Amino acid sequence: MSTVSKEDNPVLSSEDSSSCLDESELELGLGLSLGVGVGACKAQQGPRGGQYARILTAKDFPYVGSSTSASVSSSSSSSSSSSSSSLSRANVTAGTKRSADSVAAANGASQVVGWPPIRAYRMNSLVNQAKLPATEVFNSLIVKSRNSNPAVGKGTSNACVNANEKGQLRSSLFVKVNMDGIPIGRKVDLSSHRCYETLAQKLEDMFATSSTIMNSIRSGGEEHDMMVDAITPSKLLDGSSGFVLTYEDKEGDWMLVGDVPWGMFINSVRRLRIMRASEANGLAPRLEESNGGQRNKPI
Amino acid sequence: MQRMACSFPDEVLEHVFSFVQCDNDRNAISTVCKSWYKIERWSRRRVFVGNCYAISPDMVIRRFPDVRSIELKGKPHFADFNLVPDGWGGYVAPWISAMAAAYPWLEEIRLKRMVITDENLELISKSFKNFKVLVLSSCEGFSTDGLAAIAANCRNLRELDLRESEVEDLSGHWLKHFPDDYTSLVSLNIACLGCEVSFSALERLVGRCPNLRTLRLNRAVPLDKLANLLRRAPQLVELGTGAYSSELRPDVFSNLSGAFSGCKELKSLSGFWDVVPGYLPAVYPICCRLTTLNLSYATIQSPDLIKLVGQCQNLQRLWVLDYIEDAGLDAVAASCKDLRELRVFPSDPYGPEPNVPLTEQGLVSISEGCSKLQSVLYFCRQMSNAALMTIARNRPNMTRFRLCIIEPGTPDYLTLQPLDVGFGAIVEHCKDLQRLSLSGLLTDLVFEYIGTYAKKLEMLSVAFAGESDLGLHHVLSGCEKLRKLEIRDCPFGDKALLANAAKLETMRSLWMSSCSVTFGACKLLGQKMPRLNVEVIDERGTPDSRPESCPIDKLYIYRTVAGSRFDMPGFVWTIDEDSAMRLS
Repeated sequence: MSTVSKEDNPVLSSEDSSSCLDESELELGLGLSLGVGVGACKAQQGPRGGQYARILTAKDFPYVGSSTSASVSSSSSSSSSSSSSSLSRANVTAGTKRSADSVAAANGASQVVGWPPIRAYRMNSLVNQAKLPATEVFNSLIVKSRNSNPAVGKGTSNACVNANEKGQLRSSLFVKVNMDGIPIGRKVDLSSHRCYETLAQKLEDMFATSSTIMNSIRSGGEEHDMMVDAITPSKLLDGSSGFVLTYEDKEGDWMLVGDVPWGMFINSVRRLRIMRASEANGLAPRLEESNGGQRNKPI
Repeated sequence: MQRMACSFPDEVLEHVFSFVQCDNDRNAISTVCKSWYKIERWSRRRVFVGNCYAISPDMVIRRFPDVRSIELKGKPHFADFNLVPDGWGGYVAPWISAMAAAYPWLEEIRLKRMVITDENLELISKSFKNFKVLVLSSCEGFSTDGLAAIAANCRNLRELDLRESEVEDLSGHWLKHFPDDYTSLVSLNIACLGCEVSFSALERLVGRCPNLRTLRLNRAVPLDKLANLLRRAPQLVELGTGAYSSELRPDVFSNLSGAFSGCKELKSLSGFWDVVPGYLPAVYPICCRLTTLNLSYATIQSPDLIKLVGQCQNLQRLWVLDYIEDAGLDAVAASCKDLRELRVFPSDPYGPEPNVPLTEQGLVSISEGCSKLQSVLYFCRQMSNAALMTIARNRPNMTRFRLCIIEPGTPDYLTLQPLDVGFGAIVEHCKDLQRLSLSGLLTDLVFEYIGTYAKKLEMLSVAFAGESDLGLHHVLSGCEKLRKLEIRDCPFGDKALLANAAKLETMRSLWMSSCSVTFGACKLLGQKMPRLNVEVIDERGTPDSRPESCPIDKLYIYRTVAGSRFDMPGFVWTIDEDSAMRLS
């Protein structure tokens, strides 16, 4: 379960000359993210081509090619379609405030304005929907195993709708979090976060009482108490704690948290795991420059 | 004829005319003779203006002095897909002002793709004492404050329908402005509102309006409150739920199920955001009566969908996400023999690959099993000429066929050929086809088929298709009934446009964006055709700053008797007949 799934199918990218990456480069690619050159990176799974802002200053991987199409062949489909290559028709969207296009842009989608022809109203509804039943979603009020109602369908998505203070709707998105070395897992509500930093802080808080993590932090060379210092970049995110934050996506693959824009992450995450860096072979980022403070190179 | 016409008193003729409601027929009546024209114009109560810039409010008022119901449309259809920049136009304000003075007995206002402000809404609420119906379809520019004014002042309001409008949600309290003695509500559609409306006010409102037929709630209304609402309004015919999710509890379920069972008249269901499948069986008791089912926001999987739709033997209209899959559409084809309209929307439109097994096969099954099928909107990722030909032969009674193959330029996946022949079969067999949307890889040939066969076609939407001006020429010269043509990203240029200039005056409008039309051609057209408004929409600055051969960005041409409009924003350029380029 903890091993990184190998990419069985060749990764396709119609315009990317570097589509013949070997497996090890692919695995390294998992931990790397950049703003330019989407190419054939597994971290692009689910999302589409195009450029988008990255949340973390993850490091550049010297990809060749600046293809804007991310034709990653899913491990579940054997079709070798490179149909998303027609982004050569893409027009850059003029700055429109319409949410449909910002949704598309957030997904790194084709930048063709207004295509496919779906009303913004409908796109908003889709975006704000609860997650698919394929995603494991827990609501703190529901205990699935205790529910004996025969009307319950299998694999129901028990997403509950809450109203926040503005009266706007959002869904809870509780996912399980396990940390290596700690037998009891926790649950975290991803929808109460808007970025990786706050999520990582939350997780650190959750697991901070454990002595394991404190020892690892000390061995990582960081001195200051992470509970006190809320401003420094999360240790979980940059690997300096000796742990890395990973997640299982819709396809069942384990990825490094932080490589894709938040919105994409939310759409594909099923559960989280705080993994020992030593086990995260190929997942941890290659650190070229420091963000301040010392860094480990766990690879 | 003259003698015959004079032999009846005006009142008799007026009474006879009152049985003629269709606009085209009334227009025909008015051309018979002067006295018929006069009687008809005084007795016309309902006016439809398909393009608010085609005529001015004053002209309408001069011709029809006693109108009770008006329908106006503003922006071009492609505005739905963000192709029309904000601020282009479509303001209803001048109409409201003019009608407030001229039509004190106005009862109904229906707007589509127009901009309406809170001030406009307040003016409506105060100017028309017998105001009954307000339908705002895909409109924008107003907030819940405007709704409060309507609620407070329109004592005879029957219908408030905000379908898919963009409303600024300032507060949910606007609903409380309906007075306590207000009981005439028949239809309320607030599905597009984001914020919570005051639920107790909603309950009381629903409870005291015995004629309520249509209630479309917004997502913020939780499922556990739905039962109470239904029990207060068991006479409902059309219901839109709020979020269809709640923790699964037997008492909530049975309460809901009982409430649904009590609604013996319910024929239409919609809403279903955030569906918890465990609650779907609550509607099973009423499924057999349903004629319309909109599940297009329901992210439930095929098995649950099949169980639900399989019980709806009387279904005529089904809107659903592609989660239904080909298998689900097979089930629909087997159970819903009365189906007239099917819309299948994509759950993951921006994904590079299919996320569900929904292909052309589902549509083929429907075309085989549903003999009354007339209207189709279908998003999918693969299509073949063979499938289209089968569909065409199965369903020659089709009147609306809109196919969106998600990836532009996708060929027939079996033969890798263009889909010309498939769409050609559609237009050839479906002789009453009124509306058609094309997609996939298409050459000029498909337009030749359309021009040859689609003689009843009124609206055509084209994207990423064609090879040359010949394609556009086929359509403009062949489609006799064409009223609306919208084109994007096609290699059509000046030649076909100029060669068919006269045709444009027989149509409501033509939209062309990201094509190859030059500013020079637009100027020529504007100068030569005084009854057309030729609007060049270009946010890159004045088209004169670029060479005349440089293609313009967007072009919107419409016929008008009102001349140039006065409310054009800075990025719209128009040319009038004195051959000076007029900047707005």
